[in-house]
Amino acid sequence: MSQTAQSSGENPDENRRDFLTLATTAVGVVGTGMALWPFVDSMNPSKDVLALASVEVNLSNIPVGQAIKVMWRGKPVFIRHRTEREIKEAEDVALNQLVDPETDDARVKKKEWLIVVGVCTHLGCIPMGTATGEPRGDFDGWYCPCHGSHYDSSGRIRKGPAPRNLVVPTYTFLTDTSVKIG
Amino acid sequence: MSAPVWNNKVVKWVDDRLPVFSMLHHSAYEYPTPKNLSYMWNFGSLAGLVLVTMILTGIFLVMNYTPHADMAFDSVERIMRDVNYGWLIRYLHMNGASMFFIAVYIHIFRGLYYGSYKAPREVLWWIGILILLAMMATAFMGYVLPWGQMSFWGATVITNLFSAFPVIGDPLVTWLWGGFSVGNPTLNRFFSLHYLLPFVILGLVVLHVWALHTVRSNNPTGVEIKTPQDSIPFHPYYTIKDLFGMGVFLIIYLYFVFFAPNFFGEPDNYIMANPLSTPAHIVPEWYFLPFYAILRSIDFEFLGMPAKLLGVLAMFAAIIVLFVIPWLDTSKVRSSRFRPVYKWFFVVLIIDCFVLGYCGAKAPSDPFMGLHGLQVITVGQLATLYYFLHFLVVMPVVGKMERPKPLPASISESVLKGGANA
Repeated sequence: MSQTAQSSGENPDENRRDFLTLATTAVGVVGTGMALWPFVDSMNPSKDVLALASVEVNLSNIPVGQAIKVMWRGKPVFIRHRTEREIKEAEDVALNQLVDPETDDARVKKKEWLIVVGVCTHLGCIPMGTATGEPRGDFDGWYCPCHGSHYDSSGRIRKGPAPRNLVVPTYTFLTDTSVKIG
Repeated sequence: MSAPVWNNKVVKWVDDRLPVFSMLHHSAYEYPTPKNLSYMWNFGSLAGLVLVTMILTGIFLVMNYTPHADMAFDSVERIMRDVNYGWLIRYLHMNGASMFFIAVYIHIFRGLYYGSYKAPREVLWWIGILILLAMMATAFMGYVLPWGQMSFWGATVITNLFSAFPVIGDPLVTWLWGGFSVGNPTLNRFFSLHYLLPFVILGLVVLHVWALHTVRSNNPTGVEIKTPQDSIPFHPYYTIKDLFGMGVFLIIYLYFVFFAPNFFGEPDNYIMANPLSTPAHIVPEWYFLPFYAILRSIDFEFLGMPAKLLGVLAMFAAIIVLFVIPWLDTSKVRSSRFRPVYKWFFVVLIIDCFVLGYCGAKAPSDPFMGLHGLQVITVGQLATLYYFLHFLVVMPVVGKMERPKPLPASISESVLKGGANA
């Protein structure tokens, strides 16, 4: 007993004790982290939420110049049947004028159909401009009433606090008039 | 002070095993309180009263509330229409939230004016800020529970703030939601946490009072208790004064409950949540407006950081800065009563907070107070600038340059000379 009380670093017992303390602490920390993970992960989207991941939409009754909202993963998706003028406006913009530069080509699969997630990239409000008569902002697209973001006819951010363009969801055209989102 | 002698045998038997009676005696009767406390010192106990009211009314509301996205709104309407006294319990809870913030904000500004954050009360002050943060989280999540339009969109906007953080932002928001948008999982977790946090606040209040009883109450002179002449026992002197304050406070509180129960609310919240339609004008509850104004006032990039992230950081910084003011304030004098220069900056700070609140309630492009050519956003930016300047520049600089008025030798002397006029 007396030797443990007197000796310093040279004692092999002390090194062993340090090692045991460190090892126990490390295992304890990792173990606590692993025990915590199920609780943290339980707050992530559950399997039933993930399962509702796609939706099919019939496009045949959307006339040129109009747009609809459909629900996808609990949020709206805007589908706009664009006019010639809207397509031209979207294509003619120089990329250096854009906050989040992206060509119109990269954002659509068929020029007349613009499909974007209808959630403002600022703080998640639903921009106005889908229903006829709603304000569409200064760039013929959408206008978010919450903090004044303007989106153009390609759903790109042009003015206001939003940092990014409206998100383009993954979608495939099943036929010419039917699209599957997700 | 010495331990009390208990004459009642039952009291003594219990006290020998668990000294609850000694503790109460020590903290209520023996606790020496400065004898010059003004009515500004009533708001701590008032906040405590509201906390208890909120917990009690909340427990009874839960007996009739259904935390499900399809049923929450209707269950709240049922509480209002069918449950016996449901309207009363809900209106007490709703308006209680506003009253809680009124009491706590006055309590905080009292602390700021009289330097209650300075040594040795820094930890007491910190716990107070933690209570404020916990209150804000609780109030925000509680507001979501009725599942009205403002509940839903308020939750959407505020949770989206976290998407401002680079890389982890989007997964973090999905995790907060438990889905790809605010929905039923979000409502459920907010309900769970809304029930938990008040008890966390209660725990923090216990720590707050513990720290208070260790460092003792500050007072309008900011001069510490020096002799027994400076203090009086808390009970009965301040228990009776607190009770009187509670009476006045309840008159105001209940006026709103009975005669203007929706004064602090938004009519849109009586429309059920609709994920497909955002209300034209989203405003948070009044007690968040100054912070909301700070959030929105940052509409420019800086150092490569996007405006959204900066706004979020500025909003959090507005509260975090309060943690360090015990060191930012360089003045050796606690009470602003003896600080002829700082006093005026304090007045500006109060006006500034009201201006921020006004800006938070208006759309950014609206004219400020109807003045043409002056936008709300511009005023909000200036007010935000002053808010931070006040703590980061005014406090350290004025503390160094100002020449304070002579302090009274003791609380007693100040009282004998006429208190505030001394």
